[in-house]
Amino acid sequence: MANSLFHKNIISISELSKDDLELIVHTAQELKAHPRNDLLKDKLIASCFFEASTRTRLSFETAIQRLGGRVIGFSDAGNTSLAKKGETLADSIRIITSYADALVMRHHREGAARLAADVSKVPIINAGDGSNQHPSQTLLDLFTIYETQKRLDNISIAFVGDLKYGRTVHSLSQALCHYNAKIFLVSPESLAMPEYILDEYEANNIEYHIVNTIEEAIKEVDILYMTRVQKERFDETEYRHLRAKFVLTPESFAGAKPNLKVLHPLPRIDEITLEVDKTPYAYYFQQASNGVYARQALLSLVLNEEL
Amino acid sequence: MAEKTQLQVEAICNGSVIDHIPAGNGLNILKLFHILDNHERITVGFNLPSKALGHKDIIKVENVSLTEAQTNQLALFAPNATVNIIKDFRVVEKRTIALPEKITEVFACPNSNCITHVEHAAISEFKIINNNGKIQLKCKYCEKVFNKEIIIDGVKK
Repeated sequence: MANSLFHKNIISISELSKDDLELIVHTAQELKAHPRNDLLKDKLIASCFFEASTRTRLSFETAIQRLGGRVIGFSDAGNTSLAKKGETLADSIRIITSYADALVMRHHREGAARLAADVSKVPIINAGDGSNQHPSQTLLDLFTIYETQKRLDNISIAFVGDLKYGRTVHSLSQALCHYNAKIFLVSPESLAMPEYILDEYEANNIEYHIVNTIEEAIKEVDILYMTRVQKERFDETEYRHLRAKFVLTPESFAGAKPNLKVLHPLPRIDEITLEVDKTPYAYYFQQASNGVYARQALLSLVLNEEL
Repeated sequence: MAEKTQLQVEAICNGSVIDHIPAGNGLNILKLFHILDNHERITVGFNLPSKALGHKDIIKVENVSLTEAQTNQLALFAPNATVNIIKDFRVVEKRTIALPEKITEVFACPNSNCITHVEHAAISEFKIINNNGKIQLKCKYCEKVFNKEIIIDGVKK
């Protein structure tokens, strides 16, 4: 029987069932423990970054090449003739997907990947569409939570920083609704978690608490998920005042559980001080390298009926 | 009483009557549902007295029977509207309006960065969510969720 993700488009985390998520996490774990170099043999994957994203692109392309696949594509639409000639995105996708076995794409407009899936005959993997979805980031987050906590159920997690615009915290929140998570939200008032996410927590009976400081949550959580508060959203005085409240230092860990791990989608700027890197709680660099395994799992499952 | 008000707009022989439209929404419905596109005769009444609504609009389209899907898409604008199908000057079917599961090709997405604003192949489609009586629409493309009022206000501007 074909696996449940075979030939599926991966556009939005909300379309993946609990079973799908676990299949990907377990496959990532398996591929990390026992690397394979044959799962994408004879497969050609288009990697089209209409908007530049060096880390995500290199992570996907590493995943493809490590599995024995080959890559065509571009790292920035500015380097292509597509934009200059005025071709529609739908036409570009029709052509590119007629060359390849799957398409990994990033685009600055929300919904671009869904449109691509409408017109493509091969699977589309969304590597970020504007502020909307970035499902492979959520999958690597889930894999890292599983790797560090040995479970996904009943995790206690604090989301810190920009919870309004941060799509990673929205998507991870949606995924954790399957797992009875306990959630702490720590953000400036003007960057609070949107109402529709709080509605989803309530619809799924997820316990959540809005707190003012990291210290209020630190003793309870297994995962501290940091995000960047972008300077340009505030005037300078306000930013300086806020910054202190949402910066993680070694002192922030007083009373923390021994199993606590700090995650961050990166890039970090100054919200996690360099001293934190040396603590046993820091796990964001391992999280970033897990991106390759999560993406290997995703590509393998989408392009192979059975593994 | 309803009978008397309806006759303020000339009766039609065959077609559809959309009645009990909240006053001010008649023009939007004509425009959004492309009712003017088929060159059939249309008679309208605006700001007619109505016992239930105070004032109402009414639209009568000759020789066109609205489909059930079209009828249900009216629900967002005019939840209490009625659609009657007329044959030989008689009402042969009274439709009540139910919220549809999705609404296509009617509203533009309020999110200015949604792909639907730049690509003709991305045809507007919203899933309707009834969140404990709060009606919300979720764009198929950008996945943003909007309260009904935001979408309808966008149309009126």
